[in-house]
Amino acid sequence: MKLRDIVKVVEGVVLTRNTDLDMEIDRACGADLMSDVLSFAKERALLLTGLTNPQVVRTAEMADIAAIVFVRGKLPPQETIALAEEKGIPLIAAKYTMFEMCGRLYKAGMGSCDFVGES
Amino acid sequence: MTAIPEITKVQELIYELKIEQVMSRPVITVTPDTRIDQLKEILRVNRISGVPVVQGSKLVGIISIEDLIKALERGEMHSTVGEKMSRQVITVNAHDSVVEAVKRFEEHGVGRLPVLDSSGQLVGILTSGDITRGLLHAIGLGYHQEEIRRYRASHIFEDISSDRTSLILCYHIPARELQKAGEASSKIKKALYRLGAQPGFARRVAIAAYEAEMNLIIHTLHGGDLIAEIHPDKVRLLAVDDGPGIPDIQQAMQPGFSTAPDWIRSLGFGAGMGLLNIKRCSDQMMLDSQVGVGTRLEVLFYLKEEAVLGEHLSSTS
Repeated sequence: MKLRDIVKVVEGVVLTRNTDLDMEIDRACGADLMSDVLSFAKERALLLTGLTNPQVVRTAEMADIAAIVFVRGKLPPQETIALAEEKGIPLIAAKYTMFEMCGRLYKAGMGSCDFVGES
Repeated sequence: MTAIPEITKVQELIYELKIEQVMSRPVITVTPDTRIDQLKEILRVNRISGVPVVQGSKLVGIISIEDLIKALERGEMHSTVGEKMSRQVITVNAHDSVVEAVKRFEEHGVGRLPVLDSSGQLVGILTSGDITRGLLHAIGLGYHQEEIRRYRASHIFEDISSDRTSLILCYHIPARELQKAGEASSKIKKALYRLGAQPGFARRVAIAAYEAEMNLIIHTLHGGDLIAEIHPDKVRLLAVDDGPGIPDIQQAMQPGFSTAPDWIRSLGFGAGMGLLNIKRCSDQMMLDSQVGVGTRLEVLFYLKEEAVLGEHLSSTS
């Protein structure tokens, strides 16, 4: 699934500059615990989270997360956006809750981080 | 879009490259006495669309295929270049950067710019095609140099001979300084890539380093050191601090056990998964701690078993 389509499905806005909307992402995970992201998220996954501090981007960097979606209309501080741009990790904000967002993406065919072989 | 960084690189280059590096030379010229039908042959044979006009060693005009077509339409093929040329010649200096030429092309809408040296002598000619070729060549060159640099970095252990060679990266991690949290781990990850590590391996080390770095920030009294020892066949990660120490290591290793304060939990950390996560990412983990003395965490990652480990991970998770 292209990032462009993900943005459409979650009705989000892209917050980072120079974002490659043709980037392919095949699986996603939702988490507010960064340690969870570090332990179960798979590389090149989309991260949905309610946290907006720069540590989210750091975590994404370490875990090779492809892009981050902030749920419930939360907007990250400028330092988070700056770090994401530096690391080349796209940031997207959308108004829906985590549950709604996951449901929309799952319905649209997004894979999960539970079944690696199928992604 | 993805093309943006490339454009930035090109933008850099048009300032760096000098016109003399991209211009064509020697220059094909004509004199004011050259007849238009002779000019037609010169343009055709050399497959060019315009030439500077010189008299003696002086640049006196420029004539292009457009002027030739006009003369053809009017049946004036026997007239001379001197009658049909443009006398107002826009030129550039050989020592100027390419960006000057780009500006002049834009301003005047000309197809070619005669290039003069500092004494006003005609030394070359520049078309937008020359600039494109020059830029492509420079980008190719830069790419090649980057490849060589990367190759050298990834073969550093072959080039340096000793019984045991390693690269040691030391970072001091201050306690409770969240602004910089993750910087050391980021640098370790970057160094591993630089040394030719596969993404999966670099990721394992980076995740463990990051958890260890967060632990030093969250739990220590005075911060600690995060050390990555990079060997040809393994990476040893050390996190050392001088207290407070862990009273019960077995308890600390329980999933969900945490002594992290609320402020760190609100950032998504301190859920009691850190040590387990480090263990999961590594091939070997040793944790020593004494209350009042400090904690020493040693983690090993073996490079050669990477392929096997990758298969193992994907079949069980």
